[in-house]
Amino acid sequence: MSVLLAFAAAFLFASGTYLLLQRRLSRILIGVGLIGHGSNIMLLISGTGSGIAPIIGTGDPADFSDPLPHALALTSIVITFGVTAFLLALAYRSWRITHDDVVEDDVEDRYIARRRDRDQMIVEEELAEREQARDEDRP
Amino acid sequence: MNALVAVPVIVPLIGTSLTVLTAPWRWAQRVVSLLALSINVVVSIVLLMSVDDDEMLVMQAGGWKVPLGISLVVDRLSAVMLVVSSLMLVSVLVYAIGQGAEESRYAGFNPAYLVLSAGVSASFVTGDLFNLFVAFEMMLVASYVLLTLGGRPGQVRSGMSYVVISLVASTFFITALALIYSATGTVNMAELSQRIPELSDGVRTGFSLLFILVFGIKAGLFPLFFWLPDSYPTAPGAITAVFAGLLTKVGVYAIIRSQTLLFPPDSQQGAFLLVLAGFTMVVGVLGAIAQDDLRRMLSFHIISHIGYMIFGLALFSLAGVAGAVFYVVHHIVVKTALFLVAGLVERRAGSDRLSRVGGLVRSAPVIAVLFALPALSIVGIPPFSGFVGKFALVGAGIESDEWAMVAVSLLVSALTMYVMVRIWAGVFWGEPEDPAITAWMASDDSRVPHLMTASTTAVVAMSVALMVFAGPVYGYAQRTAEDLLAPDRYVDIVIGDEG
Repeated sequence: MSVLLAFAAAFLFASGTYLLLQRRLSRILIGVGLIGHGSNIMLLISGTGSGIAPIIGTGDPADFSDPLPHALALTSIVITFGVTAFLLALAYRSWRITHDDVVEDDVEDRYIARRRDRDQMIVEEELAEREQARDEDRP
Repeated sequence: MNALVAVPVIVPLIGTSLTVLTAPWRWAQRVVSLLALSINVVVSIVLLMSVDDDEMLVMQAGGWKVPLGISLVVDRLSAVMLVVSSLMLVSVLVYAIGQGAEESRYAGFNPAYLVLSAGVSASFVTGDLFNLFVAFEMMLVASYVLLTLGGRPGQVRSGMSYVVISLVASTFFITALALIYSATGTVNMAELSQRIPELSDGVRTGFSLLFILVFGIKAGLFPLFFWLPDSYPTAPGAITAVFAGLLTKVGVYAIIRSQTLLFPPDSQQGAFLLVLAGFTMVVGVLGAIAQDDLRRMLSFHIISHIGYMIFGLALFSLAGVAGAVFYVVHHIVVKTALFLVAGLVERRAGSDRLSRVGGLVRSAPVIAVLFALPALSIVGIPPFSGFVGKFALVGAGIESDEWAMVAVSLLVSALTMYVMVRIWAGVFWGEPEDPAITAWMASDDSRVPHLMTASTTAVVAMSVALMVFAGPVYGYAQRTAEDLLAPDRYVDIVIGDEG
């Protein structure tokens, strides 16, 4: 059972990573969700294995399944749920603003990249002028 | 006394619910938030004093003993982080109230801010790895809200990448927790400290690297820093100061705590962390040189200085760790001060682009002084606190024969000087390059509210106080380093506690 779940986690991680690397926001969102599920499954199988429900009075404590991973997985599911909801709201807002769900470049980065191009151009012009001046100096 | 440990987490959370109830009345929200954060300051100082003369304080939440319950622990490192962070949180809140921007426009500001402070305190006091995850999430969820408050296009764009990257980091954290629980059967840090040495070498190294990855994303370590300079500058002015001062340092705290407490000396990643620290310093400062926007320059600059803290830790010597602790404290105060000043510049000049603003040294001499003091300190000019921190780190590096890192850190200091000189020349000297700026500065809108100047002055005064009291603070940092490098006492007290 654990092996099967481990494979399921691996599969979720793999497909989540693929989706996360896409340019479309909707795919990134699904990717984040899948990776989140993968890690929750990891938490679930981190305990000692299967057993009966760990409620005092229902059986021998030796047969209980380990309750801590369940509690941890539950906490993490709730947190992932909340954050995903926030992310969806943000994605909706982004769609309302741009009418597109492609992740944009950073404006300031572009500005700096343009400055580099401009510097390059100035250097090239300068070099061309010097070249010309040298040619004219030659007898 | 031990019950006080929970106060820095509980009081802001009670404050959150009260500020939600009083949402229609902004004055009531302000009273509640200021009161809650001031209680935090007082309690943190009391905790610091009692931890420093006596022993660390431990509280087992709900009275459940170690393997079952959640331990809350305050040792010297947690206590000093609590004091500095609570002081910054109060000052920045006052600044935000004075600014009259996001804080007065949105009823959600105060509740989110209090959740953030509860999350920051909870990360410092927790003695349980899963609870550290919950504390991180508290802090991060509040920071998502604060970052995107207003929903302007730029904020939504950078908020998006910030949320996605944090979410991925959190998932890695959960995965690390799942692996560590299946290997050791506990998530209590004190118990982990006993059980991790029993694991095989490869597994231990793997965990150690996994934690550096998880916390490195939060701290902005090379090569995981790329999200930071993109998202921080778009946050509302006052909020950037808190993010810059505190959030990355929570990541650094987690790296220091996990490396020193959880892993025995033979699986601490000293050499690897040194390389990372070197790259972090150099890349951060080179990024800052290329920028034109004041807040982006300072954001890149945070990364560079995270490198110094990790450099100190990576030596794993008494002097190195003491230097790192001192540097963290110094950097929180000074960086917050610089970002608050950036907010003042933006208010006074209407922009924070170096290529547009100019001449503030004549038109706003107070802002110039408020910038100069922390800027000189961050460069490391004697006698400021940055000098003490860098001197301690470089001394520790020489003691451990890490000459390459000593050279890198000195070079980066010189480049930091260049960055600060560029800001000074661009913003404070000369004349405004843009006629629109001159027009703005003549108008009434450019008057800086007194509350903003006052709270910035308070933070700058704290950075000066760090210089004046550098001796006692460094002594405290040394005692902290002794505790950190001998984690057995931590383990004994947490596990042996009958609370």
